Amino acid sequence: MKLTREQVARVALLARLRLTADEASALTDQLDHILVYMDKLNQIDTANIEPFSHDLDSAHVLRPDKVTNRPNADALLANAPDRDETFFKVPKILE
Amino acid sequence: MNLTALTIHEASDKLRRREFSSVELTAAVFERIAATDNKVRAYLTLAHNQAIEQAKSADEQLKSGTNPAPLLGIPIAVKDNFLTLGLRTTCASKILGDFIPPYNGSTVERLLSAGAVIVGKTNLDEFAMGSSAENSAFFPTHNPWNLDRIPGGSSGGSAAAVAADQCIAALGTDTGGSIRQPAACCGVVGLKPTYGRVSRYGIIAFASSMDQVGPMTKDVRDSALLLQAIAGHDPADSTSANRSVPDYSAALNGDIRGLRIGISKEYFVPGMQPLVYKAVQNAIRELGKNGAVIVDIALPYTEYAVAVYYIIATAEASSNLARYDGMRFGHRAEAKDLTDTYMISRDEGFGAEVKRRIMLGTYVLSAGYYDAYYLKAQRVRTLIKRNFEEAFNHCDVILTPTTPTTAFKIGEKTQDPLQMYLSDIFTISINLAGLPAISLPCGFDGDGMPIGLQIIGKQFDEAAVLQTAHAYEQATEWHKMKPTL
Repeated sequence: MKLTREQVARVALLARLRLTADEASALTDQLDHILVYMDKLNQIDTANIEPFSHDLDSAHVLRPDKVTNRPNADALLANAPDRDETFFKVPKILE
Repeated sequence: MNLTALTIHEASDKLRRREFSSVELTAAVFERIAATDNKVRAYLTLAHNQAIEQAKSADEQLKSGTNPAPLLGIPIAVKDNFLTLGLRTTCASKILGDFIPPYNGSTVERLLSAGAVIVGKTNLDEFAMGSSAENSAFFPTHNPWNLDRIPGGSSGGSAAAVAADQCIAALGTDTGGSIRQPAACCGVVGLKPTYGRVSRYGIIAFASSMDQVGPMTKDVRDSALLLQAIAGHDPADSTSANRSVPDYSAALNGDIRGLRIGISKEYFVPGMQPLVYKAVQNAIRELGKNGAVIVDIALPYTEYAVAVYYIIATAEASSNLARYDGMRFGHRAEAKDLTDTYMISRDEGFGAEVKRRIMLGTYVLSAGYYDAYYLKAQRVRTLIKRNFEEAFNHCDVILTPTTPTTAFKIGEKTQDPLQMYLSDIFTISINLAGLPAISLPCGFDGDGMPIGLQIIGKQFDEAAVLQTAHAYEQATEWHKMKPTL
């Protein structure tokens, strides 16, 4: 096994995903199976190979620092799970 | 006349000759949907009223002759991961709730300014993660050729809608095969352009270094027309290429004499369906008869592509999907504190495959595993890309099967994620290398399921891909076959 239940629980916390015990146990098996398959990459010597980073003609794209979008607060706030007039209302973050 | 069976170029000619109006064509499409979508289930949301309004406006422009765009008045379906102003967009996920986009994505904007009619939003695997459209949080889509089979994925709804004549053409997105594999499964034409050819602004991100928008159509000429309408630089997407767009229809000249077609033995593997092998070999012979030169090439890194892809794509997805936190939009659960709000909202909102990929992506990026998985995969990605560059020194296009098998049965692979991932084995290298590739029909198996032929091109050489595909299509009748529903 490459993966333990404890590691899965730690990753789930990092990813902010609640998992039931059944889900965690099924995921441990499935992810382990997939990671074992990924091991085939170790057959390739990549010591002197640059990792791929981007595929662009030019990496830096700049534009003038000007506002171009129209004010659209009502449409944006219409999707909010909770709002208070023109604010997004969110759970308390400090005790 | 069966209006809904028409292609873009046929319907456009007839609209301009006043044989029927866009309103009549659009109404016929909605009638066809009403008659067939209880079986196919290609659509998540229909935009009937807006579509009729768009059709009326197109009819006025047709009358005044002010808009020469070939898409004017043409009903087009859009995968439900494109943002559409005022029209519910779900990405086939519960976490978006009843999300109403406050703006149109760039591609949708281009369709509308060309005068196209948006029919509705098509089903997909949740967040475009899947190869069968079974991962939709709402319902699976069925293959119009056999309702017990998958339509492919993730753009399964778009592929099925085109095959079932529930639209004239459709748009999909392709991160690892999500346009080409469903096109193959449903017997339609699906083109994934070069990374950067079409703007990604306003499509819901899955894996940003590979996501690409493309046309799903009834023939190759339509593919060229629809690509023409959506290709080009967009300042709103910093990864969209600032290059001129050639005239794709001009490439459809049928003359492939001297064109070098590369064939790689790595794409003809043990375990592939014998009739798929045979159909693709026949296609190679057909193109040879028309003057193409067949060249052997080697793509030895092909067998590593699935492993590389499922590391890089899940890593990018885990990062992109961090935005679904239940704060500014989407589903929010009630919980005792902020961390629990995040954890429970995401648990309730995401389906099993999306969670699996977020977990895998988070793991390969986490401290202690980043070098062994993520960085290793990016190094092998460099090798895969170089492999194609080297191969293209010897050929102009590469020809392969799109998939190792035809469409499998609904439910057949849902219990084994790795087997499902392996159904993308012939399509994902192309996304890793950022290349353009098309799938078009090249035969049927013993059960009457369509077989797809994949043609891969050099970066930004969609013209050669379309030219080759068109020459093959001219020589065969496969694209004219229709399922009975």
